[in-house]
Amino acid sequence: MLLEQDFQGFSFDLFLRNQQLLRRWSNESKERIENVLAKPPRKTGTTIAGVLFAGGVVLGADTRATEGNVVADKNCSKIHYIASNIYCCGAGTAADTEATTQLIASQMELHRQAVDRDLVPVAAAMTRLKHYLFRYQGYISAALVLGGVDELNGPSLYTVYPHGSVDQLPYVSMGSGSLAAMAVFEARWHEALTEEEAKCLVYEAISAGIENDLGSGSNVDLCVVKNGGRAVDYLRGYAKENVRVYRKPTGHVFARGTTAVLAQELRKYVQVTRVVSDL
Amino acid sequence: MSRSHEATIPPARGFSSSSGGGLKTSTPASLELLYAAAAASDPFEGIASAMSFTKHLLMHNCDVWTPDWYNPTQDPQLGTTIMAVEYDGGVVLAADSRTSTGTYVANRVSDKITAVAPPYIYCARSGSAADTQMLADTVRRYVTALALETQRPATVRTAAALFRELIYQNKSRLTAGVICAGWDPLNGGQVYSITLGGTLVRQPFSIGGSGSTYIYGYCDASYRKGMNREACIAFCQQAASLAMARDGSSGGVLRMVCIEESGAQRLLFTEDQLPRGWQG
Repeated sequence: MLLEQDFQGFSFDLFLRNQQLLRRWSNESKERIENVLAKPPRKTGTTIAGVLFAGGVVLGADTRATEGNVVADKNCSKIHYIASNIYCCGAGTAADTEATTQLIASQMELHRQAVDRDLVPVAAAMTRLKHYLFRYQGYISAALVLGGVDELNGPSLYTVYPHGSVDQLPYVSMGSGSLAAMAVFEARWHEALTEEEAKCLVYEAISAGIENDLGSGSNVDLCVVKNGGRAVDYLRGYAKENVRVYRKPTGHVFARGTTAVLAQELRKYVQVTRVVSDL
Repeated sequence: MSRSHEATIPPARGFSSSSGGGLKTSTPASLELLYAAAAASDPFEGIASAMSFTKHLLMHNCDVWTPDWYNPTQDPQLGTTIMAVEYDGGVVLAADSRTSTGTYVANRVSDKITAVAPPYIYCARSGSAADTQMLADTVRRYVTALALETQRPATVRTAAALFRELIYQNKSRLTAGVICAGWDPLNGGQVYSITLGGTLVRQPFSIGGSGSTYIYGYCDASYRKGMNREACIAFCQQAASLAMARDGSSGGVLRMVCIEESGAQRLLFTEDQLPRGWQG
């Protein structure tokens, strides 16, 4: 009798276990459930976008990272390095976008050395990303905007979905704020954008996300790849429109007795003698 | 959508096996080798077993800020209208251009007609965007390798058979309805339809995707044998625009590819260039 079958692929036993536990504990507190199951990951409710222009590509991102309804980081960086001529904006689970882009960045550097060229094609990074994400069937929640310039195709811009599908368009947006950003693009984009116009457009798109999407916020980061992939302007904090306007110079110091004493009880120290016996 | 559940995959269209009248060519020996190679380096190896992960995502990941009608973790779908028609000496493929995630149009100008062995073999894709892109890439790789090894271009049937093989062997993991069409010197213009279950049929014309359900009657009523290239283009224009008007998941522009001995030609029709049906 065949007791063990040759199993290929991933095991999702723990997922079944978690579902079973959830069903059994439908009345339990959230804390108890979270103690046993994994903590929900830090999500980047995000606005990311990109636009092509004649000489290159502009990528943009907001800088808010959220954990549930708490802002976990007010100035996180969502435009990741892939290669000297390729950058990638990430939306989804922060850990997944970070790990995925780092993995592909290292593969692209090895590829660059293997083929002995200065620049790697953007399509190579795109293909690696889509194959990697497809293999994990959407379980790696990384929604990416990939942009760069290479000798093969000039400026390139792609979106990569968590399931591994790819779109190639002259203007793209991703993340929970992508609707606000796309609304700006659909209204203002035109075919003959200059570099400065493209930067302004991406800034306005991200800004729309920051203002109209709860999951996006804080600052606008931009990244311009141009000059055949040999020049990059990484503009961290291109716009900071959500700085704290007023901070009390002295901080908050409360006078003694601000909090009323309701009861007081004094106890003397109790002496403890430790006796060691070796029988 | 728990698309990895086998039960949720709609049943393959009821083609009886006897309808494969166009499949009389015996499988070339080189193709058998190719199947073996395909099985040895399974591109779909290690992907998830059938299970709905959506619930887990909703519980753990799903951002409270993400509106329920926009969820990028949803698989982008080619809710689609695709079709292809054979004519004497060539084929026409047609597809709308809408890609959606839930109710959000992720791409309104997508190209669902993908070259498999340009300029003679193309495919029109419907179903999951990720699955069909990967399928088309994989088939293109094998067809290119076969052409290099045998020093002659692959036939349309070979490409279609590869689609069939990959879809059939991975049917629990894929959501892909493909129409593979093209021209070769052996059999001229050919249209092959590969269903979700992995059935391969040659048809004089084929329609697919969610929008096709609206136009079965129209196509059956207005298809004529022996139409020329222009008549086929007009037929595709009319049928696809009717489907795009009625199917919410189809729309945008209409893309076409005409393939004949002289090569492939791409056509694009924007909304104002399409025939308008009854507008109410």
